[in-house]
Amino acid sequence: MILVGELSLWIALLMGLWAITTSFAGGALQRQDLIRSGERGLYAAAGFVGLASLGLWSALLSSDFSLRYVASYTSANLPVVYKISAFWGGQSGSMLFWCLILAIYGAAATFTNRKSSRALMPWVTGTNAAVLLFFVAATAIATNPFERLDWVPPDGRGLNPQLQNPAMAIHPPMLYLGYVATSIPFAFAIAALVTRRLDAEWLGAVRKWSLISWVFLTLGIVLGMWWAYVELGWGGYWMWDPVENASLLPWLTGTAFLHSIMIQEKRGMLRKWNVVLVVSTFLLSILGTFITRSGVIQSVHSFAQSNIGMWFAVFLVAALVVTAWLVTLRLKDLEAKAELEAMISREAAFLYNNLVLVGIAFSVLWGTLFPILSEWVRGSKITVGESFFNTVNVPLGLLLLLLTGIGPLIAWRRASVANIQRQFAVPAFIGIVAAGALMALGVRGFYPLMAWGLSAFVAGTIAQEFQKGIGARMRMHGENIVLAFINLVSRNRRRYGGYIVHAGIGLLFAAFAGMAFKQEHDVTLADGESFTTRDPFGAEWTFTSEGISNFKALNRDVVAIALRPSRNGESMPVLTSEKRQHFDSRNNPTFQPSTEVGILTMGRQDVYLVLAGTIGDRAEIRINFTPLVAWVWIGGILMAVGGLVVMWPQAERARQGGYVTELKPQHAEAANV
Amino acid sequence: MHPRTKFLLGGAVVLGAAGVLMTGAIKDTGVYFLMPAELQAKVAADPTLVGTGVKVGARVVPGTVNRDPSGRQVSFEMTDGAATYPVVYRGIIPDTFSDSVEVVVEGRLDSSGTFQATTLLAKCASRYEEAPEGYEAMRKAYEGGAAAPHDLPAPAPSGDTPR
Repeated sequence: MILVGELSLWIALLMGLWAITTSFAGGALQRQDLIRSGERGLYAAAGFVGLASLGLWSALLSSDFSLRYVASYTSANLPVVYKISAFWGGQSGSMLFWCLILAIYGAAATFTNRKSSRALMPWVTGTNAAVLLFFVAATAIATNPFERLDWVPPDGRGLNPQLQNPAMAIHPPMLYLGYVATSIPFAFAIAALVTRRLDAEWLGAVRKWSLISWVFLTLGIVLGMWWAYVELGWGGYWMWDPVENASLLPWLTGTAFLHSIMIQEKRGMLRKWNVVLVVSTFLLSILGTFITRSGVIQSVHSFAQSNIGMWFAVFLVAALVVTAWLVTLRLKDLEAKAELEAMISREAAFLYNNLVLVGIAFSVLWGTLFPILSEWVRGSKITVGESFFNTVNVPLGLLLLLLTGIGPLIAWRRASVANIQRQFAVPAFIGIVAAGALMALGVRGFYPLMAWGLSAFVAGTIAQEFQKGIGARMRMHGENIVLAFINLVSRNRRRYGGYIVHAGIGLLFAAFAGMAFKQEHDVTLADGESFTTRDPFGAEWTFTSEGISNFKALNRDVVAIALRPSRNGESMPVLTSEKRQHFDSRNNPTFQPSTEVGILTMGRQDVYLVLAGTIGDRAEIRINFTPLVAWVWIGGILMAVGGLVVMWPQAERARQGGYVTELKPQHAEAANV
Repeated sequence: MHPRTKFLLGGAVVLGAAGVLMTGAIKDTGVYFLMPAELQAKVAADPTLVGTGVKVGARVVPGTVNRDPSGRQVSFEMTDGAATYPVVYRGIIPDTFSDSVEVVVEGRLDSSGTFQATTLLAKCASRYEEAPEGYEAMRKAYEGGAAAPHDLPAPAPSGDTPR
């Protein structure tokens, strides 16, 4: 199977080459036979990449330690689920994994669009094959997962315990599914530029794939945050590490694109800008991979430095040059069909949304690359920390939150005073009341109050829309409230799915603001001793140590501390935190020790326990109160659900084209007759 | 005024404000990222650098780690092969910290030449990737029945790691 796998990788390389040549030639010469041959070439390449992946998986599952990769990332006693996930646990396996997704996506894009976008397809297929060829070549030549060892170790080194977490089994695939999906819109953009078919045709497919990418990236980022929170033991979920930033960048430009595309659909504006966003999203996902794998930027979780970085740098420059050249050639074809008519309009709100999203992306990119830039310009490497990103992005984020409320409700072209009053009076009132009430409750701090006020405003706009729509359906169709809700959403998926996403955004921001009130207590406790403090909400907590225990588990030694918490005298579930030292089958310690934190999740805050170490019978612990953390996960899930609703294909053909454009009377609009 | 002009003006204001925030934030929070040898050279050239916050990327010298059992304090020596500094760090020690890892410490040099670290980040070589000669080491370990592979001294860092 290993031989089959490795051979398949090389055959996939040839098939990719074939698909590029025949597709591009077929497109240029308008020869249908060549075009079809190119499509089949891409399918074949996908098949062989799939076979190569099966080869690696079979080696991982059968613990064939003659492969360097298998010996590096698994051991005989590793649970099966982590043997499967070890596929993307290391450099070369994750490269193959990237190829696999790319191949499946490319084949799927060709298969589903080959009839509807005939003129574009040879170029789409060819571009996809070219990107695939690059990744397959980089995998096979620079970091071959099938590399053999000249000596077969009796056991592998095992998977790092920090990667032995359910979130780590699904977080990387989600991110990859998101990252890689950006290459399909890129291929469509190239095809549209080459064929000069720059109207709505390419946007349909691009929108679908951008959404796929967006949903997976969202899930991947949120899962990554969750993993960091439960596994790394510092009590936070985001530290602006370069690798985290790398995943955020394409998400930001992808989000911007999903908004600006509506302006092109409705008004024919922003045509150049949309091409730029599609291409940037793809290039940023490649850049992110480059940052992660090349080691040019010091990150806590970079892959080891290797020559793979060079491959990505060359690819990045090549893709940039080709697209820049193509866009320059087509500038005339990309002229806008309409102009911005008024500053108070949906167009303007969306333009500002794009500006802010791209502004955030730029500042994140700048902060991430600053060490390199400063070294080039001034000769000394200067890094910026979390506070740089927070200083810049908190205000921008709040502006974005405000626009989240305004954008979907303001009228197209030119909003009247009546429109603004009708749409925003109630939500604005809700927002102000919420901020005022919190202030009265003793909440201080400008940013948190702004965040909560604006979140309430956004929630108000969304609640109002749902209330209007459901009310209209109940009146016009005599439906009950549940049915009205279901019909409303399912018949206007883009619109109401979008609102669900926005509700998730509002929740996320509200939850982020909670971190401003995080408390950290470093405490030393012997058995029976207790520690008393007040949480950020004013409740009194007492933590009593139930002592330290030392025990052996399956493949590890464990030191554990158990704490019995009580809140205002009421007893709460016991919290435990462990320090673990894993051993291999020969009883040698593997990797560094790992910490299992204890988390008590409640609606308004988490209590977070970390065992730092022990001196005799005294435990050194850290107890954190982290307000609103659970809402980060809920907000993230809500965003992904909203994205799925938007994405879900609408059954009837007579669907409305997304956001309602004209100022029709509200009832008719909501009922969508 | 034409709406387009207005938008561009508004946009310029937003981006300008972001730019001002960014430059300000870099001025306030940017710190030098140096290798021990670079730190040594900088301090030699400008003694006022003692006491200024810097970040240093280096490798822990094997055998110099002195952990307090509390898990809250550690001292060790860091090196890039050319210069070596003693480091003292107080705070929760990351799990990834061990005898031979690459570390990034943030803090300041005190007058006695000890680096007082306020942040300690450890990059575990085996987290995503084996050490380059991991197999030779592993082989020796198994054949000689010696220590586990990851306990073997890591390679001396080359001039450009960590970056």
